[in-house]
Amino acid sequence: MRKFLLAAAVLLIAFPSFAVEPSEVLDDPVLETRARKISQGLRCLVCQNQSIDGSAAVLARDLRVLVRERLVAGDGDQEVIDYVVSRYGDFVLLKPPFKAATFVLWAGPAVLILLGLIATLIFFRRNRAYAAEEAVVTSLTEDEKRRLAALLEDET
Amino acid sequence: MQKRLLFLLPLAVFLVIAFYFARGLQLDPRKLPNMLDGKQVPAFALPPILDRDDYGFASTDLPGGVSLVNIWGSWCVACRIEHPFLMQLKERNQVPIHGIDWREKTPEEGPAWLEKFGDPYALVGDDPVSKAAIAFGVTGAPETFLVDQKGVVRHKQVGPIDAKIWDEILWPLIETLRRNGSAG
Amino acid sequence: MTAELGNFALVLAMFVAAVQASLPLIGAERRYTPWMALARPTALLQFVLVAIAFACLTNLYITSDFSVLTVSQNSHTDKPLIYKISGVWGNHEGSLLLWVTILAVFGSAVALFGTNLPPQLRARVLAVQAMIAFGFYLFMLLTSNPFERLVPAPDNGQGLNPLLQDPGLAFHPPMLYLGYVGFSMAFSFAIAALIEGRVDAAWARWVRPWTLAAWCFLTGGIALGSWWAYYELGWGGWWYWDPVENASFMPWLAGTALLHSSTVAEKRDALKGWTILLAIITFSLSLLGTFLVRSGVLTSVHAFATDPARGVFILALLIIVTGGSLALFAWRGPQLRSTGLFQPISREGALLFNNLVLTTACATVLLGTLYPLMIDAIDGSKISVGQPFFNAVFIPLMVPAIVAMAIGPFLNWKRGDIVPVLARLRLAFLLTLAAAAAAWAAKTDGSLASVVGIALAVWLMLGTLTELGERIRLFGEPLAGSLSRLRRLPRASWGMTLGHLGLAVAIAGMAGASGWKTESLQVMKPGETVTVAGYDFTFAGAKEGRGPNYVLVSATFTVSRNGHQIVTLKPENRVYNVSRQPTTEAAIHVTFTGDLYAVIGDQDKSGGFVTRLYFNPLVAWMWVGAIVMVFGGVLSLTDRRHRVGAPRRRVPAGASVGA
Repeated sequence: MRKFLLAAAVLLIAFPSFAVEPSEVLDDPVLETRARKISQGLRCLVCQNQSIDGSAAVLARDLRVLVRERLVAGDGDQEVIDYVVSRYGDFVLLKPPFKAATFVLWAGPAVLILLGLIATLIFFRRNRAYAAEEAVVTSLTEDEKRRLAALLEDET
Repeated sequence: MQKRLLFLLPLAVFLVIAFYFARGLQLDPRKLPNMLDGKQVPAFALPPILDRDDYGFASTDLPGGVSLVNIWGSWCVACRIEHPFLMQLKERNQVPIHGIDWREKTPEEGPAWLEKFGDPYALVGDDPVSKAAIAFGVTGAPETFLVDQKGVVRHKQVGPIDAKIWDEILWPLIETLRRNGSAG
Repeated sequence: MTAELGNFALVLAMFVAAVQASLPLIGAERRYTPWMALARPTALLQFVLVAIAFACLTNLYITSDFSVLTVSQNSHTDKPLIYKISGVWGNHEGSLLLWVTILAVFGSAVALFGTNLPPQLRARVLAVQAMIAFGFYLFMLLTSNPFERLVPAPDNGQGLNPLLQDPGLAFHPPMLYLGYVGFSMAFSFAIAALIEGRVDAAWARWVRPWTLAAWCFLTGGIALGSWWAYYELGWGGWWYWDPVENASFMPWLAGTALLHSSTVAEKRDALKGWTILLAIITFSLSLLGTFLVRSGVLTSVHAFATDPARGVFILALLIIVTGGSLALFAWRGPQLRSTGLFQPISREGALLFNNLVLTTACATVLLGTLYPLMIDAIDGSKISVGQPFFNAVFIPLMVPAIVAMAIGPFLNWKRGDIVPVLARLRLAFLLTLAAAAAAWAAKTDGSLASVVGIALAVWLMLGTLTELGERIRLFGEPLAGSLSRLRRLPRASWGMTLGHLGLAVAIAGMAGASGWKTESLQVMKPGETVTVAGYDFTFAGAKEGRGPNYVLVSATFTVSRNGHQIVTLKPENRVYNVSRQPTTEAAIHVTFTGDLYAVIGDQDKSGGFVTRLYFNPLVAWMWVGAIVMVFGGVLSLTDRRHRVGAPRRRVPAGASVGA
C-alpha cells in the first residue's frame, strides 16, 4: 500500500506543478528575458490574479510556450502581446491598457491629489480669514474678553 | 452652504460605489467576452486522436455548412455531464458536431473515454498543448462554438449544453443561419 | 448537543446586542442613568455568550463532529490538532463567528477598562458597537450559521486546503481581524461624538488607545500574511495587489492617517472633521473588505465560496452602516468647530499633508481594486488591474509622504520654519544621495523604483535618527546627559521614532527584495552545483517520505560561499492525501543581507530534478521593520497619559449638572 501511494505520488508530481520549467527556457538569453517580461504582464486566465509567469496551471504553461514560440519566430514584444489580446481580450493584460475606458483609472490618482491640494489651499485661506478674526479678538481689553467668553459659553 | 456640500461628498461617493456593488452582484467576473464573435474561425490543423488515425480536424474542414466545435477532455467533469446530450444531438442528426480533444495526459485517454461513453463527433482533433484551444480563446472545458457556412464564429457557449440552451439559443440561431445561408 | 448550545448562545447574544444597542442610546439621549448603565453589563454578557458559542464551535472541530455542516466541509480526522483549531476560522461561517467574537472582546474591554469615560459617551459607544454586532448576528443566523447540521453525517470531512495547514496562516486571520474589527471601536467613538455633537481633546485621548491597538494588530496581521505568502507559495513573492490583500491594506492606510490626525485633534483642537471622517472610513473599509471576500463580486486568491444571497446581505449591512454613518457625518459634521489655527508649514501642516497623501493612496488602491467591477457594470467589458498598475501609481504617490515624514517631526506646532529644519537635515540628505548613487551603481535590472526605495529608506532612517539625536541633545552634551534624556523620553515619543524607523527598515527590505533578487532555474542531478549570487548550492539528492496527511519528496542542498559551508537546506514537495494537491515547502535560510531560498520541483525523464534557487536580498528587513513598527505602537499604547486618564472636561459656568 505504501509503495502504491508513493508511486502514485511520484506520478502525480511528475505532472507539471510549477511555474517556468527548465525545459521551457529558451537558449537565447535575450529572447528568454523578453519572454519572462512579457509573461509577467499576462494574466493567468484560470487562476486568481497571477501572471502566467508565476502560475503552475496547465493553460499558463501553454501560453508561456506560445509566447516563446512566437518570439523565436521573430515577433516583436508588442506583436506577441497583441496576439494574446486578440484571443482573450484586455482581461489578459495585468497592466490595464490606456484607452478611453480606462481614462478615469489612470488619471484618477493625479486628479485626486490635485483636488486634495486645492482643498488644502482653500482650507488655509479660510484659516487666514479666521486668524484675522482672532486678531481682532485678541485686541480686546481684558474686561471685554471676559464678557465675550461668558457670552460664548452661554451659547454652547 | 459650501461646507455642507463638502460634508455630503463622502456619502455621495459611497452611494456611487454601493450602486456598482449592487450591479456587481448580478455579474460574473469570470465570464470573458467572445473575442471571435463575427470573425473567421482561427486557422488550425490538428492531428487525429489514436483510434481515428485516418483523419484529424482542421479549420479548412469547417466552411460549407453550419457546425458546432466542441472543446472537451476526458479529465473534464462537466464534459461528462454534457455528453449524453451531445449523443442525443448526434442521433437527431440536426447539426454536425466536431470535437477538439484538449490537453489529454496520454494519447489513449481521449479515445478510451469516447469508446466508453460514446462518440458524438463527426471529426476530432488532438490538441495536447492547447494550440487550437488558445487560438479559440478557451479558458476551460466544455466550450462550444457555433460556426456558420462561411467559417465565421457566430456564438460561444461556455459550460455544458443542455436541452434548454439548445432550444432557446443554439437551434434558433442555427435555423436562422441556414435560412440566410441558402439565400446568399 | 454542543451545536445546539452554541446556536442558542448565538441567538441570545443577538438579543442582548439588541438591548445593548437601544436602551443605552436612548438613555444617553434622555440623560436617564439606569438605561445608560445597562451598557456595561450587556456588553459583558454579550461577550460571555459569544465566547460560549465560539468555544462550542471549536469543540466541534476538535472532536471532529461531522454532523455539523461546516465541520464536515472544512475538517478531517487526519488533520493535526492545531489545524483543526485554525480550521474553525478558515471558512466563511467560522470566520464570521470570529468577527463577532472580536467585536464583543473590544466592547467588553471598553466596558471593563473604560472607567474614565463619561457615562454618556460610554453608553453611546457601546450602543453603536452593539448595532454592528446585531447586524452580523442577523447575517449569521439567517444565511451563514456555523452550527447548521448535516444529516446524515458523513464518516469523514472534506479536509482543508493544504495551503492553509500552516502555522503562519493559522494565525494570520485572528490577528488581521483584531485589527479590522478593532477599528470598529474608533468608529463607534466617532459616531458617539457625532451624536453628542462634540469632538474635543478628551475624546481624542479616549479613542487613541483603541485605535493604536487595532493598528498594531492590523500591521502585524498584514505582515504575517505577506510572510506566509513568501515562504509558502514557492517563488519568493510577498505582495500581489490581490483584491483581498488590498482590502486589508486600505484600512491600514486610512488607520495610519487616523492615528496621525487624532494627534492633531487632541493636541491642537484642529482637523476634527478629518479625524471623524477617517474613523468612519477606516472601519467602512474593513466592512468593504468583508463584502469583497464573501460576495463573489471580484475574483481573488482569498475569496471564500461565493453565494449571492450572502452578498446581498453584506451589501445591505455595508449600506446601512457606512451610508448611515456618512449621512450622520454630513448632517452633524459641520457643527464641529476646530479652533486650532496653523500655518501651512508647521507640525499640523505636515500631518495634514500626511493625511492627504495617505487618503489619496487609499483612494487609488480602492479605485484600482474596484475598477474591473465598474467597467463590467457599465459596458460589460472585462479588464484586469494588476501589479503593474498599482506599482506605477502607488509608489510615486508615497514618495512625497516619506520625504515629509523625516521633516515633519522637526517642525513646531502652529508655525514652523522650514529652512533651519532642512539645514539640520543636510547630512542626512547627503548620505541619502550617496546611498542612491550606490544603489544605482549596483542596479542589476532596469528598475528605478528599487533605487528610489533605498534612497527613501535611508532618508527616513537618518531623518528620524537626527530628530531623536536632537531631542536628547546628542553631541551637544556629555553622553551621560543624552542617555538619561533618552531614558526619560515619553513612550509616545519612542513610539513615533520606532514607528518611523520600522517603516524605513521595511521599505529598504521591499526595495532590496524587489530590485536585486537573483533566480536560477535548472535541472540538477545529485552532486551538481549551481552558483547564485556568490553562493554555491550543491544538490545532494532527493528521497521520498510521508508526513501525517501527505506524501513527500524531500531534497538536500548544501550551501557554501568561498569554500565555507553555510547551511544545509531541505526543501520538500508535498502531495496531500485528501485533496491530491501538490504544494511546495521552500527551504529558506535567513541572513542579514538576504535569504537563500531553495525549491525542489518535479523529476524529469533524465532522472534529474527541477530546482529553483534564489537569493532574495534584504527580505528579513521587511519582517523586522514590521515588528519594530508594531513594537513602537505597543510602546505608545503604554504611555502614561493613557493610563493616567484623560483630563476631565471643564463644566461651563451656569450649565446644568448631570452630563
